[in-house]
Amino acid sequence: MRRTAALAVLLSLAGCGGGGGLTPAGEAEVAADPTGGDEGLTGTLTVFAAASLTDVFTGLGERLEVEHPQLDVRFNFAGSSALAQQIAQGAPADVFASAAEGPMATVTDAGLAEDAEVFARNPLVLAVPVDNPAGIEPPATAGLPGLADLLVPEHTVAVCAPEVPCGAAAAEVLGSAGLADAPDTYDDDVRAVLTKVELGEVDAGLVYVSDVRAAGDAVLAYAFRESARAVNAYPVAVLADAPNAEAGRAFVDLVLSEEGRRALTDAGFQQP
Amino acid sequence: MSRHRGGVPAPLLVPALLAVAFLVLPLAGLLVRAPWPDLLPQLTTPAVGEALRLSLVSATLATLVSLVLGVPLAWVLARTRARGRSLLRALVTVPLVLPPVVGGVALFLVLGRQGLLGRWLDEAFGVTVPFTTTAVVIAETFVAMPFLVISVEGALRAADVRFDDAAATLGADRWTTFRRVTLPLVAPGIAAGAVLCWARALGEFGATITFAGNFPGTTQTMPLAVYLALQQEPEAAIVLSLVLLAVSLATLLLLRDRWLGRASVSA
Repeated sequence: MRRTAALAVLLSLAGCGGGGGLTPAGEAEVAADPTGGDEGLTGTLTVFAAASLTDVFTGLGERLEVEHPQLDVRFNFAGSSALAQQIAQGAPADVFASAAEGPMATVTDAGLAEDAEVFARNPLVLAVPVDNPAGIEPPATAGLPGLADLLVPEHTVAVCAPEVPCGAAAAEVLGSAGLADAPDTYDDDVRAVLTKVELGEVDAGLVYVSDVRAAGDAVLAYAFRESARAVNAYPVAVLADAPNAEAGRAFVDLVLSEEGRRALTDAGFQQP
Repeated sequence: MSRHRGGVPAPLLVPALLAVAFLVLPLAGLLVRAPWPDLLPQLTTPAVGEALRLSLVSATLATLVSLVLGVPLAWVLARTRARGRSLLRALVTVPLVLPPVVGGVALFLVLGRQGLLGRWLDEAFGVTVPFTTTAVVIAETFVAMPFLVISVEGALRAADVRFDDAAATLGADRWTTFRRVTLPLVAPGIAAGAVLCWARALGEFGATITFAGNFPGTTQTMPLAVYLALQQEPEAAIVLSLVLLAVSLATLLLLRDRWLGRASVSA
């Protein structure tokens, strides 16, 4: 029964991405066109973004630079919570993209941004080293396995620390699977978890599906039922004190546009 | 002071004062921003006590290991005429410049489950090093031992070799000479190096979180607790930093009275 319900949630999420998500994208297209058209953007655009967005945003930044040769796009990729603290301390940024709504709330509550829009979602998967030392495999039954079907407490498991978004999600899924005691190390960001999996130093790690895509053949990944309980939403906003708000708006429009969506989907992100 | 009338010349005084301000102001900032009313409740949480205890124990163990292995290494570097000594010195001081996170990955490649030695340890004895308190001590020793080696080597070079020679002419072999003559001569230098090594081990972050991981009670030392607290509650991070600051200041002042007064004369 529970499995059916969880699957239904997953399906409805997928449905949301295909159908309901189109409307905001259409609007963004309209908004993006005039900025790209008559006058080019200049100066420096500074984007603070979650570490998991490194590959997609770098590509989108280059795309914007091609369109506006006078524009220089710079990125600061790090853990979302650390970035939110930097912005609260007055770091000069134009755009903030967070891997969860908590760090964005830190920024909006301080009056440093408004109208944050969710542009992607990123569920957790169980990443396993490619030689799979612990022999972790889903049971041969149909449907998504539960986390407890894959992991036992004896496995060496790396997750993010509960202080950062991927760790909050990991705690949620582990808790609901009755595996709260499974982790052996709480890392400071999701890429550190992935490194430990890639090196084969842990039997498994909880990472975002987009990170597995970025790691290529170095890791195997298993989806599991409980991940639907804690799918991180990625909000983006132009900051109130943005030195280059116009370019910031153009970047956010690009992220929300059809092209941005496609880049995010290609990298493994889900539609909001 | 009285011998140098006129005090410190301005070209030295001004930069020296700037240096003091530069080093002390951030500490003052911590004190000003500290949430003093919440201090006691924060301090008495079990997590803080655990992290502090683990930090002190692992830094002390790392210093002991560094002493046992590092002093002989310093002697080899300072007193032997072996060829390739300068290359050896460069190699063993690499951890001074290596980013500690890279040091942590390097430790994985040797002592990790899939590592050169670690694979064998795992197969032969069922021992895995990463994610244990032992791994914390290893990571801290890797990063901190070069500080001890450099200080002790400096002290050995500054010590008068004629005392060693005199002992030798009186019939002492090299080991007895080292134990009875050299070691007491450079003891203040060793103490200074050990303090430096301990302080570096206490503050170690990158190699520890990479190689030993971060788990409350077994591998979460104070610097790790501070960094993670900073992601969510800066106030808690400030409190934790103050604790670390107070403990290290107290230890350094205590040791200074005991040993370091002499060390500053001889080194």
